Amino acid sequence: MPISRRRFMISAALSTSTLAMPSFLRAQGKPKVVVIGGGAGGGTAARYLAKDSKGEIDVTLIEPQQAFTTCFFSNLHIGGFRTFDSITHSYKTLESTHGVKVIHQMATAVDRGAKVVTLADGSKVPYDRLIVSPGISLKWESVPGYSPEAAEMMPHAWQAGPQTQLLKSKIEAMKQGGTFVMIAPPNPYRCPPGPYERISMVAHIFKQKNPTAKIIVLDPKEKFSKQALFQEGWQKHYPGMVEWIPASILGSIKSVDAKTGKIETDLDVFNADVANVIPAQAAGAIAAAAGLTNDTGFCPIVPGSMQSQVDENVYVLGDSSIAGDMPKSAFSANSQAKVCANAVRGALTGSRVFPAKFSNTCWSLIATDDGVKVGANYEPAADKITKTTGFISKTGEDSALRKATYEESLGWYAGITEDIFGA
Amino acid sequence: MRVVKRFGLDNLQSGLAVAVALVIGSMAIAGSAQAQSGEAAGKEHDRLVGRGVEVFQRCSACHRIGVEAENRIGPQLNNLIGRKAGTVKGARYSPAMVRAGAEGLVWTPETIDAFVADPKGFIEGTTMGLRGVDDADDRKALIAYLASFSTGPSNIPETPVPPRAGVDAGLPTEILALKGDAEFGEYLSGECVTCHQASGEDKGIPSIVGWPPADFVIAMHGYKSKKREHPVMRMIAGRLSAEEIAALAAYFNKKGQ
Repeated sequence: MPISRRRFMISAALSTSTLAMPSFLRAQGKPKVVVIGGGAGGGTAARYLAKDSKGEIDVTLIEPQQAFTTCFFSNLHIGGFRTFDSITHSYKTLESTHGVKVIHQMATAVDRGAKVVTLADGSKVPYDRLIVSPGISLKWESVPGYSPEAAEMMPHAWQAGPQTQLLKSKIEAMKQGGTFVMIAPPNPYRCPPGPYERISMVAHIFKQKNPTAKIIVLDPKEKFSKQALFQEGWQKHYPGMVEWIPASILGSIKSVDAKTGKIETDLDVFNADVANVIPAQAAGAIAAAAGLTNDTGFCPIVPGSMQSQVDENVYVLGDSSIAGDMPKSAFSANSQAKVCANAVRGALTGSRVFPAKFSNTCWSLIATDDGVKVGANYEPAADKITKTTGFISKTGEDSALRKATYEESLGWYAGITEDIFGA
Repeated sequence: MRVVKRFGLDNLQSGLAVAVALVIGSMAIAGSAQAQSGEAAGKEHDRLVGRGVEVFQRCSACHRIGVEAENRIGPQLNNLIGRKAGTVKGARYSPAMVRAGAEGLVWTPETIDAFVADPKGFIEGTTMGLRGVDDADDRKALIAYLASFSTGPSNIPETPVPPRAGVDAGLPTEILALKGDAEFGEYLSGECVTCHQASGEDKGIPSIVGWPPADFVIAMHGYKSKKREHPVMRMIAGRLSAEEIAALAAYFNKKGQ
């Protein structure tokens, strides 16, 4: 595909652009790409750049955690289908096999003029191209009374790791016949089917260990991803256990009290024995600090390359980006990262740049061997990434197909984590 | 019937052979059941072979079995029982497998069981990508299924088989003749390896590394034209052009060498 007219004009306008003067850059040493965030977007981008450039590009990945616990499949850990270790991945292969330099620190600032990232210890990392993929930040104030401290009692578990373990332990320790309350997030948020898969996994645990427990979902939305599939599954596997209350009935949430578990809403006061509060979300903090977000709290991008609309040397991937019709999912971030890596490599080394193709599939587990999925293809349009075709599992599917879908999701997990972190 | 249908989801081509095999297989079962302890043994064998069809899905990316089965990435598996390892004419083997055969390894239910349980443990250096079938009953089922093509009348091709072209019917020769751009294919493969492991391992989604290009092209056009089931593959293949499919076929074939 030819470079779009707009992209061409940007390139042409840059008299010192790397496209125009690769030999100049070479004289300065290898081009440097810095990637902020070692999740599905950042890990994939770093790996593909290092792997495909075969040493022509110096790739640095900045990620504060030593090991990465994936948010995807963390619900399956809560449901007892996966160990914590099996959803936690190290960065060793990226370093040893692919030569990515991994720095385990938080990026605290970006000087886009000087093209330098500042780390928590004050050290500075220069770049020629910067890829920003920091996931989400939580808007604590979106739920009155909620805070980082409150999250120690009412976990969000929407960034996987200790929060996931905390929520799991609270669910397993809940008193017999107690009430679990989830406050679901408003759009847009990470992993659209995620809250409802989580409800399924909590119900799966309760069915075995706490069969008289109740689950209440307080939702600021009127509908949700795979709704018919989840509601059918809840009715089938956990009859009478799950109550979902949409915004039109609930009204708004007035306050939560982490100490007592009391949740006040326009509709009623709910007393939670265990509460899971998933607040509204925005781009990862560094994206805002770098001035890459707009008033939505997320980062506008060029649909064909994931290049930031505010800085041509910066690309934004995954949950932090405004990716048009694409959901905020690991699959999406991984898909975007490969398009981005191809574009960045082309810009820095003159390698072939191919047309962007994006896709997404999200598998969800409702009960043992009862998996469902939804997916779509996306193409870059002039103003946004646009959905072209898609599919979704159907209600009433037979159990063999649902089991095959679940088994397929296991294969996908193995595949995508190899694609992000290396084999 | 469900077994056949499910198998067909992923591999219509072999599914045809399997459907035939099941018919022949159950005829053979009827005979042996009488000679043994009657109905119970027959039912158990029936169950095993049925389950074996499902387990064989893990093999079917590389191996063909049944009427007119040809060598693919791995050797065809007809008459496996009693065969000396590494000796099928025209098949590609690892040096380790050829050596094992030369040293006297013969495929019996016992040796197949050991090999399939832990391929690389049994033959260090085998290139078979299977991770190993952990479940003993699944191995037993797989062996029962394989055996149904090895002994008795079941390997005699009496039943007419729809031609292999059942899948690629309508695929013009110019599409099959397209020469793929492997570098383009490498870029496009990014979309495949989110699910199909680039290392060629199969942990629930079939390996696509090392396929003969024609098989790859036929399979992808099967999804593109919606002759093959599977919603994700229909979606992914649906928007790929014939050139892009050829590019992917070239890349994944090269990657397997």
